[in-house]
Amino acid sequence: MVQAVSTNRVEAGSPFPRAIREALYAGAISFGLFVLLVGLKTDQNIRNELIIVQRWGLLAIFVVLTMIGRFIHVAFVGPALEERKRMKGKAVPVIAAEPSYLRKNLINLSIVGLFLYPVAIVLLFGFQGSLKWVDNFGIQILIYVMLAWGLNIVVGLAGLLDLGYVAFYAVGAYSYALLGTEFGWSFWILLPAAGAMAAFWGVILGFPVLRLRGDYLAIVTLAFGEIIRLVLINWREVTNGSAGISGIPKVSFFGLISFNVSDDNYIAKVFDIAQSGAYYKIFLYYLILLLALLTAFVTIRLRRMPVGRAWEALREDEIACRSLGINTTTTKLTAFATGAMFGGFAGSFFAARQGFVSPESFIFLESAIILAIVVLGGMGSLPGIAVAALVMIGGTEILREMQFLKMIFGPDFTPELYRMLLFGMAMVIVMIWKPRGFVGSREPTAFLHKRKAVAGSFTKEGHG
Amino acid sequence: MAAKALLQVEGVQTYYGNIRALNGVNVSVNEGEIVALIGANGAGKSTLMMTIFGSPRARAGKITFSGTDITEMPTHEIARMRIAQSPEGRRIFPRMTVMENLQMGASLDNMRHFDEDAEKVFTLFPRLKERIAQRGGTLSGGEQQMLSIGRALMARPKLLLLDEPSLGLAPLIVKQIFDAIRELNKTDGLTVFLVEQNAFGALKLANRGYVMVNGNVTLSGSGAELLANPDVRAAYLEGGRH
Repeated sequence: MVQAVSTNRVEAGSPFPRAIREALYAGAISFGLFVLLVGLKTDQNIRNELIIVQRWGLLAIFVVLTMIGRFIHVAFVGPALEERKRMKGKAVPVIAAEPSYLRKNLINLSIVGLFLYPVAIVLLFGFQGSLKWVDNFGIQILIYVMLAWGLNIVVGLAGLLDLGYVAFYAVGAYSYALLGTEFGWSFWILLPAAGAMAAFWGVILGFPVLRLRGDYLAIVTLAFGEIIRLVLINWREVTNGSAGISGIPKVSFFGLISFNVSDDNYIAKVFDIAQSGAYYKIFLYYLILLLALLTAFVTIRLRRMPVGRAWEALREDEIACRSLGINTTTTKLTAFATGAMFGGFAGSFFAARQGFVSPESFIFLESAIILAIVVLGGMGSLPGIAVAALVMIGGTEILREMQFLKMIFGPDFTPELYRMLLFGMAMVIVMIWKPRGFVGSREPTAFLHKRKAVAGSFTKEGHG
Repeated sequence: MAAKALLQVEGVQTYYGNIRALNGVNVSVNEGEIVALIGANGAGKSTLMMTIFGSPRARAGKITFSGTDITEMPTHEIARMRIAQSPEGRRIFPRMTVMENLQMGASLDNMRHFDEDAEKVFTLFPRLKERIAQRGGTLSGGEQQMLSIGRALMARPKLLLLDEPSLGLAPLIVKQIFDAIRELNKTDGLTVFLVEQNAFGALKLANRGYVMVNGNVTLSGSGAELLANPDVRAAYLEGGRH
């Protein structure tokens, strides 16, 4: 118990008295925090008067849960962690074992898993039952994965903090919505068009912010996102204002198979099967999966090319970049344009999926969520970002499913309202344990000979 | 002035806001020479180095490189004239590996001679080869300096600018680095312009030297001349902290 002296006031015996004391403190603090947030709630009664609703029961549940949590942490989790740390210090360094088959092929396996996911869901729940799982979980998460991978090019690789990424998402969505409804053009023509349009706006944003970095850049991009949203709200003649645009045409399978019931080549008629909305959702799932994989593929490829290397070098040191003959202006603009292009692709997909767009969908919160996913995942790491999107977006979707929480918190409890709390909690946890995100280490792109040779020399170094 | 001046700095004035950092500096570097610029802290040595690279820009005067006026050129265009720089504070890319840092240096040369040039850097600095897959930020100070010079060399420069290559390094490492510079000059005929606080080492290495005080070049001459000069000795060599 030598090293305990510095941290704790020598608790050689049972940790329970201290745990009880700390639990009481935590309870008092959480009472102070939640008494106004949870205990009292303003509401309107039937006569439109503002009244205060008192929710002491709910408050008590919050406080008790906090106390239990703190008690468990101090009494059991803390000592267990200490013990593990001590064991780790004593343990002989294990000779680096060859990673298992599962580990080595984790990414390939998860891609295969993603392709099989709708099949498994349909087998489990049938076509009608699959709707929720494919749409709310699959498509929803994959849209955010794609957006975050797109933003990753700007923030993770080029190091340009962009708080207005949702603007490009909006540009893509409205490009498809307007051109699709006005001219009836196909998704497959408008997808590249939406990407090009967003990339164009990426360059437009890029020019004025060329000289800015860090906080200053963040503020300007934030404003840019808001400008786009306000234009969408106020330019009624074109965008129909806050009422939005509805009746956006569905995507077809390259014009061969349609998902409109009234069409002659409706999927159910072509294959002579029962009508269901699930076919379209499953089709959309594969579409967004392929779009997201395209984003990842392009990112991986670009990183090994001069422009991608220049992005990363720009993130590291702009002055050094310039003195190595890199044109930082074009480098930044290509980063903005490429990132924006993928945002535009995702936007046009979003419009096609919803069939309806309005400025409501493109608020600042969306930008913040996408950025949070990139940061939590580990800037620059594609697998890390995918995991972060899964946890953040999947987590909020799962909250909707957790109706059993009503048994604890009472029948008025709506779990999905607490998703921001979950977000904040996830952020705090990641920032404490993994300050650089889930996957904080950067994968090098250059190797002298083969990857194995370098890894081999590394392990040797460790032994020596 | 000699006709073969590779780099010619004439009457250059540089300002930071309203503060004048360079007071009309004249410096010339001939092809195949090692030229050292020495001076105390804040004399404007690094400012001159950065001004040659166009950031900050000279407000008056003219800078020419092998006959081309580069005074108004953007920094990256200047670099593309094959002037390479190991800047103050080394400025390697900390999260990129040694290999990737070298690649960045070679991007000016479009990676055409990458393997050959990398091999050359590794012969010059064998330590870098041992660290090839390591991140730049995890290298020691001396290794970072070697990487910074190596990265600059990857561009196949006609002129190499070095800003305080000995800063914060142990004497043995400083010697290694100075030896490497001499080697490059002798075998490849590389022209080197270096800024140093370590006046003794720099002047011994250099063919010619300039002494800078408060934004003015006050003395110039061959390295040996300056080393023998009583004023230089008094100001920079004797009783100095180096």
